[in-house]
Amino acid sequence: MESFSVQEKELEDLLPENTMKTRVPQVKVERIIKPAPTRYRNEIAKYIIFRNDDCVRCGKCAEVCPYGVHVLKPGYKYFAMPKSDKCVGASCEKTDHFCVSLCPKGALRMVENPMMKALGDARWPADMILATWKMAETGDLPPEEYEFDYQCGNSGGGFDRLRFKFPENPPNDVDEDEIDTSLLLNRRDDDRPRVRIDVPWYGGGMSFGSVSNVTQLSKVRAATAWNTFSCSGEGGYMERLKPYDDHMITQVATGLFGVREDTIQRVPIVEFKYAQGAKPGLGGHLLGDKNTPAVARMREAVVGIPLFSPFPFHSVYSIEDHFKHLEWIKHVNRRALVSTKVSTPTDVDMVAVGSYFAGTHIVHLDGGYGGTGAAPDIAKKNIAMPIEYAIARVHKFLVAEGARDKVVLIASGGVRTSHDIAKAIALGADGVVVGTAELVALGCVRCTRCESGRGCPRGIATTDPGLITQIDVEWGTQRIINLYNAWRKELVGILKRFGMRSVTELVGRTDLLIHLDFEGK
Amino acid sequence: MPDKYHIHTTPVPPRLPRIGKYGVVDWREDCAGCHNCVKKACVYDRHRQELEYIRNIKEFNSLFFDCMGCFSCVQNCTKNLLCLTINSEYERLGNSYWNPDIIQSTWMQSETAAVPVSGAGYRGKFAGHGFDSMWTDMSEIVRPTRDGIHGREYISTSVDVGRKLSYLELRGKDPVSTFPKVVSIQMPLIIDMNPPEFTFPRLERFIVETASITDLVAIIDSRKWPLAGEENQGRAMEKHLPHIAFHLHPDAPVPHDVLKKTRLAEIPDSHSVEDHIKELKDIHPGIVILIRVDLDSKGVQRAIELADMDEVEAIHVVADFNGNEIGVENPRFIKDMIREIHSTIIKGGKRDEVTIIAGGGIALPEHMAKAVICGADLVSTYLPLMISLECRLCAECHPGTRCPADLDRVDHKYAVGRMRNLIAAWHLQLIEVMGAMGMREVRRLRGDVGRAMFYEELEEEIFGELFGSRKRA
Repeated sequence: MESFSVQEKELEDLLPENTMKTRVPQVKVERIIKPAPTRYRNEIAKYIIFRNDDCVRCGKCAEVCPYGVHVLKPGYKYFAMPKSDKCVGASCEKTDHFCVSLCPKGALRMVENPMMKALGDARWPADMILATWKMAETGDLPPEEYEFDYQCGNSGGGFDRLRFKFPENPPNDVDEDEIDTSLLLNRRDDDRPRVRIDVPWYGGGMSFGSVSNVTQLSKVRAATAWNTFSCSGEGGYMERLKPYDDHMITQVATGLFGVREDTIQRVPIVEFKYAQGAKPGLGGHLLGDKNTPAVARMREAVVGIPLFSPFPFHSVYSIEDHFKHLEWIKHVNRRALVSTKVSTPTDVDMVAVGSYFAGTHIVHLDGGYGGTGAAPDIAKKNIAMPIEYAIARVHKFLVAEGARDKVVLIASGGVRTSHDIAKAIALGADGVVVGTAELVALGCVRCTRCESGRGCPRGIATTDPGLITQIDVEWGTQRIINLYNAWRKELVGILKRFGMRSVTELVGRTDLLIHLDFEGK
Repeated sequence: MPDKYHIHTTPVPPRLPRIGKYGVVDWREDCAGCHNCVKKACVYDRHRQELEYIRNIKEFNSLFFDCMGCFSCVQNCTKNLLCLTINSEYERLGNSYWNPDIIQSTWMQSETAAVPVSGAGYRGKFAGHGFDSMWTDMSEIVRPTRDGIHGREYISTSVDVGRKLSYLELRGKDPVSTFPKVVSIQMPLIIDMNPPEFTFPRLERFIVETASITDLVAIIDSRKWPLAGEENQGRAMEKHLPHIAFHLHPDAPVPHDVLKKTRLAEIPDSHSVEDHIKELKDIHPGIVILIRVDLDSKGVQRAIELADMDEVEAIHVVADFNGNEIGVENPRFIKDMIREIHSTIIKGGKRDEVTIIAGGGIALPEHMAKAVICGADLVSTYLPLMISLECRLCAECHPGTRCPADLDRVDHKYAVGRMRNLIAAWHLQLIEVMGAMGMREVRRLRGDVGRAMFYEELEEEIFGELFGSRKRA
């Protein structure tokens, strides 16, 4: 497999002296899958097991349960409270090891957890959140007996109404180890590195300020382990990210917060953020409460003042202006690939083609339902088209223009699972950017309070010194590494069922999809 | 820079206990009293407040209605006893159209006058009925139709009500055309009359004052004039008359001296609307007359006919309060009816000569923008202002029935402040949407369906080509 990082010696030729001076040794993160259990005392479970006072502590339940729900610690007289999150629930009733029916005293009771209704939403139902937690914990797909309905949400459209048409008799001549999920990010015949990542996704831009430094570090360390990328977002480039330069994308957005020549020069990919799916057509907005001294220092701003990025780029009014933008970055960093992140207006296909002709390596479409940070509700719901439409439209137009093979098409905005990733690729994307799923892996429950006061009560999207201590970098890194592993496994499974040896074979294969609301093709 | 339209606001707190979405945090038995939830888990300090409340019970416990649903206390409880669910009282708010999220968002805007902001991306359905089946456009680069680089302060939300000329007649360089009177309103929004199931004494008075301080216009039923509580205050209401458009009920004429101080009036549709308009113009030549047309099975056609009449200046088409066609088994939604009226009048060459005001189902600020994109010049609404006063839409505003929101006891400062705040928040959000589109004038947004994407059309164009024809329900 081609390595995307250029050798240190080549860097000396490519990077200016001042940037080489600030370059630090790059850190390697091992791609090891190991358990990363919940950081909370009580994991939320789909079913709850109750034990009443009739229990005589005979130990039958612990004996029959293969999942470790019932624990009698050595030296203890009483059972610990049942570990409900390990219980597989309704599917166990049909087995010969269902503790509730085997308890000789009838002391156990299983109920569906009423909290399931309060957890999640139409796009991220409770099952999807719990399954993502499970994957982040184990690095594997959730066991089937848990019956997590996690491959689709309940939004009633887009990815949630698309299904794969798997062949009835899948080809069995493809070995999973042979399947290549890597993605080449430079298809231009230029003199820039042919950057290749091991999985067809990378981490979305979340600025320091919108998320904690621990979250940022966890993201990039997992990206390093998986030989892919994470993005700095707009809020500047933390010192602590420098050991991971080779796996960082730095963002140039309209506010130019934290944008410096040296940050542009130190990364392999620079992303121009023209718009974002969280709030298409509006600028970025960091609420004053989250503009702590550390954030303000990074952004060269005043503490406590809300920070707005204007919309649009006031220096870009045409493809010619866009071209000048790209040339500026290419001039500053002679090894960088350039990505252009746009949202999904009616003419998204024209924007994509224009950007290709202006010289971008990556067209990154960020659909209207995406985003992780604070955004006006009116923008989230109403502005710009969902990504599912945009991928298909742009792919088709790039093909018609003869540009499809020369540019990488990346999609984001509502990509939640490995099934979504595969569907996005089948609709025409080369790969995707993920954001929310990484945060869910870290324990996000989508309570939407990222924006207010001290920020995220779960310690993820916050800069509050007290709240950020909830997450340990090693734990966060492992959770994301595990999630990626489970995703890749599922993606490989999908490709195998189609008899494909590379994820690139899936690109644009809409013939392998069906839409539940359509018929006739 | 010239003065810009701006609504000055101050926060107006609620009178009643909040009805939060995650209102129930239940302790099962066996609490260890470790206070983990109190001291550590809840970053919002709700558990400590709850403890204080328990020590000193004086009033209704609303503290947990401020629960943000972060599950931290649930997951950190030493004995795994806490349980969080959706508040059933929250779920009972409103109806299927005016759903609890809309009501809660309206309450928040009425309190703070702020644009609702949240994190974690969009949480709702992919698309839905009515206005939820369209998205507005935005532009980033390569958009020749963008109105140049400008800040929000340059976006005009002003619209004109009345007849406009299709062309100018000139003699030499001097226009000889007679310019019809038009009324400028600062937002594409008119406050409509409340039906009997959603009203309370003094409501109109609050509405009129709100219209006045926000520089909008409220339609007031002439049968309610003079307004409740106003009889003994002499000419106190007179200053507000430019912000009142009387709905002239045949049985309740408005005194001519009062009518002359207004700028707009509304009459019900009838076979003699042209005569009625002439009569009113004889009394007050400068007044602009709206004709109210119920959007029943004949409403769309009738609006189109009226637009063809030379005397007609403005047509106010009104669907039911959920935005549906009135009295029809399979009703069309207001947005589709607006599109039909708008496009048909365009074909008749009369669109610029008549103003279309559309009402019914306008629940959120995006509905205002979307209705304008569909072809309305402006919209009318009334329920959001009721909701701003913490109304739950139980639709039981009958004399003698106790209102659960105590609306008959609200004071003037509270009522006008909350309504004002809501309108200010809507104005800000209209500007957000227009800024995203790169539009500098809401007048140019009218009927510009190229600024929107419709669910049915995108499904057909993109998925239809890939997956065949859409299944019929």
